[in-house]
Amino acid sequence: MIVVEIRKVLQRPRTWVTVLLLCLLPTLVAVLLAVTDIGPRPGEGGPALLSAVLGNGELFPAAALAIVLPVFLPVAVAVVAGDAVAGEASAGTLRYLLVRPVGRTRLLLAKLVAVCVFVLLAVTAVAASAYVVGTALLGDGSTRPTTTISGTPLSTGELAWRTVLVVGYVAWSMLGVAAVSLFLSTLTDSALAAAMGGLAVLVSSTVLVALDAAEAVRDYLPTRYWLAWVDLFRDPMLLHDVQRGLLVQGGWVVVMLVAAWASFTTRDVTS
Amino acid sequence: MSGVPVIRSHALTKRFGRVVAVDGIDLDVREGDRYGFLGPNGSGKTTTVRMLLGLVFATSGTAEVLGHRVPGRVAAALPDIGAVVEGPAAYAHLSARTNLALIDASGPPGRAGRRTRRRRIDAVLETVGLADVGRRPVRAYSLGMRQRLGLAAALLRAPRLLVLDEPTNGLDPRGIHDVRELLARLNAAGTTVFMSSHLLAEVDRLCTRVGVMDAGRLVLQDDLGALRGPTGRVLVRVDDPVTAVRALDGHVVDRDGSRLVTERSSVADVVAALVRVGVRVDEATREHRTLEQTVLAVTGHGSDRVDRATGPNRPLAERSPS
Repeated sequence: MIVVEIRKVLQRPRTWVTVLLLCLLPTLVAVLLAVTDIGPRPGEGGPALLSAVLGNGELFPAAALAIVLPVFLPVAVAVVAGDAVAGEASAGTLRYLLVRPVGRTRLLLAKLVAVCVFVLLAVTAVAASAYVVGTALLGDGSTRPTTTISGTPLSTGELAWRTVLVVGYVAWSMLGVAAVSLFLSTLTDSALAAAMGGLAVLVSSTVLVALDAAEAVRDYLPTRYWLAWVDLFRDPMLLHDVQRGLLVQGGWVVVMLVAAWASFTTRDVTS
Repeated sequence: MSGVPVIRSHALTKRFGRVVAVDGIDLDVREGDRYGFLGPNGSGKTTTVRMLLGLVFATSGTAEVLGHRVPGRVAAALPDIGAVVEGPAAYAHLSARTNLALIDASGPPGRAGRRTRRRRIDAVLETVGLADVGRRPVRAYSLGMRQRLGLAAALLRAPRLLVLDEPTNGLDPRGIHDVRELLARLNAAGTTVFMSSHLLAEVDRLCTRVGVMDAGRLVLQDDLGALRGPTGRVLVRVDDPVTAVRALDGHVVDRDGSRLVTERSSVADVVAALVRVGVRVDEATREHRTLEQTVLAVTGHGSDRVDRATGPNRPLAERSPS
């Protein structure tokens, strides 16, 4: 069942279009940086690390993830996760899956795994394409040695596994959005409504994180620790926020999955 | 007909909020039946089918399908059921073959097994008349082709029970004929067919038993043969209706051109009376009730027609046969 669901995601043209679009924006940024040679000045906002990639493309995978992380990646994840059950419902195929028979809990789990596969695929594709584009257009580190944010030098091997850690952390960060959208997907027959609901949670979370008055709840919001991956490029690595981030996402995933399971297994399927 | 119960329900009821969609029905479908489940639109047929398949949960009452309690043990019954529920559905961007392979791979392999998948898919596509459909995506199919594909999916695992909701919807006359032949053939081989429809003619031709729903209630359930019993009246077609009416002496209750309906019950008596006065009889037969008469007598309007004060919720007495 899980294999079937993964195959369904991979056989969809939409999946690949989404991944392609996700890779396109960082590529565009890389091209602009390479052509103009104008980097954002450090400390003036803008995605972290972007100023460091000028003349050294090896850091660009991390920078690329920073570019797609706030909006594009969660939108893509919310669309795919929101479509998971609601899409089958509106296409009418949900009833045929259930009478095949596929247990409802099983179907939900398979959908979750398929969404996770999509997230990993998207994040990996962005990182990989960014590495290729970055080293080709911005130089491969031979002109300017790679350094951490703290300024200490970084060997290629160390950079590689830190990048892998970042890929893992960013993918994990998306699971909260995925779980919320999946839960909403079990409530409605409209994939669009489920995706929009997931995004609404995301936007609310972003707003509240920036609001000092929301300090009491801030540390439990799904987007609170999203940018903590930057700490993985410090020397030594700062793991406090990263660990909190993993835990908070895990909490959201568990709560939302239980809610999704409770709603889906007791619901009349009338689509 | 072995009489083993295949579908049984007791006081099965479903409410959606304040609307009672299905109101305490007692279904009784036995092995080998070709059961026609009739009723106007909105009378609760589809909700009943969904309850029997575990898609919708009953508010009260019980149901058993193939000997398993529904919805608690429905997973044990479903592998032996092939179903088309409220029209076919498929992944539009995939071909018929890929769709069938996906749906087959989704559930437990069961006794049919995984190895035989390709062969089974070829066989059912042949059976429903889609053998040469090729790799075109389902998006490009006509409604009739989708209906055939839905039927193919239902047949893929050689089920003991077929639950079909409007299986001939969208088919042309040829297709309807094909489906009827197919169902009759499967039934002869031992498959029980439970088919909902609002097409009386279809049910009349195919089914051996009917259940009639109206406004959520099962208002009739009987063998088709019993329903089509004689009315106790005689039909004659004559060359001289005026003389014939006089000869039959006030027993004629209806006249339509050369066709007369008499309330006398003996064909021989009627023919003798007519021949005695020199009327030539072209045709004389006992009148039988048609399924249509029976169904119209026990049902009201469907929910898609909303008349003032005489909706489907009129008390039963008002629409009893006159």
